[in-house]
Amino acid sequence: MQAKTIQLDQGSGGRATHELVGELFIRAFRNDFLLELNDSALVNVENGRIALTTDSYVVDPIVFPGGNIGSLAVHGTVNDLCMRGAKPLYLTVGFILEEGLSIETLEQVVEAMSCAAREAGVLIVAGDTKVVPRGKADKVFINTSGIGVVPAGIQVAGQNARAGDAVLINGSIGDHGMAVLCKREGLAFENEIRSDSASLNGLVWKMLDAFPGIHVLRDPTRGGVATTLNEIAAQSDVGVRLFEEALPIREDVAGACEILGLDPLYVANEGKVLAIVPPEGAETALAAMREHPLGKDARRIGEVVADDPGRVFMRTRIGGHRLVDMLRGEQLPRIC
Amino acid sequence: MKYLDEYRDPELARTLIESLRRRRFDRDARLMEICGTHTVAIFRSGLRQLLPARIQLISGPGCPVCVTANEDIDRSVWLAQQPGVTITTFGDLLRVPGSSSSLHVERSKGADVRIVYGSLDAVRIAREHPDRQVVFVGIGFETTAPTVAAAVRTAAAQGLENFSVFSAHKLLPPAMRALLEAEDLKINGFICPGHVSTVIGACAYQEVVDNYRIPCVVTGFEPLDLLQGIGMLVEQIESGKAEVANQYRRAVSWEGNVAARRLIDEIFEPVDCTWRGLGVIPRSGLRIRERWREFDAGSRFSMPAIQVREHAGCRCGEVLRGVMTPPECGLFRKVCTPQDPKGPCMVSSEGTCGAYYRFS
Repeated sequence: MQAKTIQLDQGSGGRATHELVGELFIRAFRNDFLLELNDSALVNVENGRIALTTDSYVVDPIVFPGGNIGSLAVHGTVNDLCMRGAKPLYLTVGFILEEGLSIETLEQVVEAMSCAAREAGVLIVAGDTKVVPRGKADKVFINTSGIGVVPAGIQVAGQNARAGDAVLINGSIGDHGMAVLCKREGLAFENEIRSDSASLNGLVWKMLDAFPGIHVLRDPTRGGVATTLNEIAAQSDVGVRLFEEALPIREDVAGACEILGLDPLYVANEGKVLAIVPPEGAETALAAMREHPLGKDARRIGEVVADDPGRVFMRTRIGGHRLVDMLRGEQLPRIC
Repeated sequence: MKYLDEYRDPELARTLIESLRRRRFDRDARLMEICGTHTVAIFRSGLRQLLPARIQLISGPGCPVCVTANEDIDRSVWLAQQPGVTITTFGDLLRVPGSSSSLHVERSKGADVRIVYGSLDAVRIAREHPDRQVVFVGIGFETTAPTVAAAVRTAAAQGLENFSVFSAHKLLPPAMRALLEAEDLKINGFICPGHVSTVIGACAYQEVVDNYRIPCVVTGFEPLDLLQGIGMLVEQIESGKAEVANQYRRAVSWEGNVAARRLIDEIFEPVDCTWRGLGVIPRSGLRIRERWREFDAGSRFSMPAIQVREHAGCRCGEVLRGVMTPPECGLFRKVCTPQDPKGPCMVSSEGTCGAYYRFS
């Protein structure tokens, strides 16, 4: 691989593609399945139901405090699997590279993916690379698909929330979205806000081991906690009541949101899980979360209620009551 | 958060709400929050339903996006359509529909429209792209006007020939006077905006109080600020007083920010200006002075006469005057939603219709 930037012929399927795949991707993601270099990987799965998911990552900037597009792609897909109670096993990855992307940047992205996959205990077993002319993509887009297995006895789904359930979260909200926004817009605050991007399968399995009867698990990514809870409320035809004073928001994130006129409830997270847990298991699940490094700040932030099905409300700090609607469009910074 | 949590204390809030409930009202207190940030703060804290029924909070015209006339949106859209022009503005403005388009729609068609967080970012973009004419669409009240004035001065100091401002800035006190002159408005007190008052000072409302005998209280944006400000207004109404009081002393002084006012005065001059819903209000807008003409987009581009069309059935004007609440508008929630807003009060993050839609 001579060139220091991505060239169009590295997506042509010829020798240049093979060199890129061999010298970068295979080296980074090395495992027996991938090394077979067949059109598809044949993988072994345990007994149980198979969970499948796919997601595309187009984040700008591709490198941000706390991660990059590569680690994000692994974390996001691993999390999508474990939010159904699946144990993530294998990933595939598709790269769309913009001509002129520096090889050094790509190496950084791939290295982060490799590291994230290792940490999450998943293998990247198949992939694809395309290169598009300069200006036709923004540096690098990544698509990852994932496969995992759901053991018998686990029934986690968005339709399962019931009145009386507790709403739990494993830590502070809005960190990822604000880290990316601050980096993209060059906004400097006293302390750099870092993304919470992380694979949650370890934490989720600690929770399910402690209390297998968890009703719903969902990672509040784009649209934030507010939108995710609205989705669950609609799927389960229940109401959700949040307690404003219980919402964990880091001081720097809250400050940045105040300045920009954004609501942290709608800001994206990449290392958070919302768990809807029957009342008898809430304390057990919460205790299990707090034993894991990614759940040490876990807390109960609300409850599922029978009234107002399909809607999310908040009991405000001063005792008021207000609707928490789904994010519509994108949050735009206000004027004053 | 230090300096904020103190103003969100639940115990103190309960005490203030209780003391308001204990009062024996002999008449309604209709209080107008002029500022859109107040409107959103009231909704976010769920304050309205905690107050006794006789205290009514009415949302006024204080959202800079909402009061921007259709013709100004249309002119911004026209500017965005010109070859070689980059439009920079605050995010709120992007989705506001004009007669037939919005900056958001123009961007999707290929126009170079960029969101900035401050007017100096627009100057930087102009410096980095000398081949393009960078226009900053300046919308806002006295809070944002000084920063735009500073941007003009910076661009001049840097000798930039490709930066200009399309000024649709507005001044609040003239709008308050126009509201009080309107026959259909019945209010007993103003919750005056904290942000704007940091610049114009509490003194700016003295004339309104003197001429119209209406209590004015400058108020901050946290729940306790608002509760205390409402209490101060109610006290004045009960005792038949009308004066300027300042609840937000930690940020607002009597005379305001003299340097910022001087800066506005150096770059801008007052001009008669059209407000959506309120019509033309004398000396309520800001135009770039002759001396800084080269930075005035209105002078730099010869804009054609624009045929303005208002959306049939849109009642934003009445909502802005506080004579109608959003649910009373026939379009609200039915054809006018945040996804497909027909009027600016629905699109702006500080708009009254958007706040009703999102929070209630």
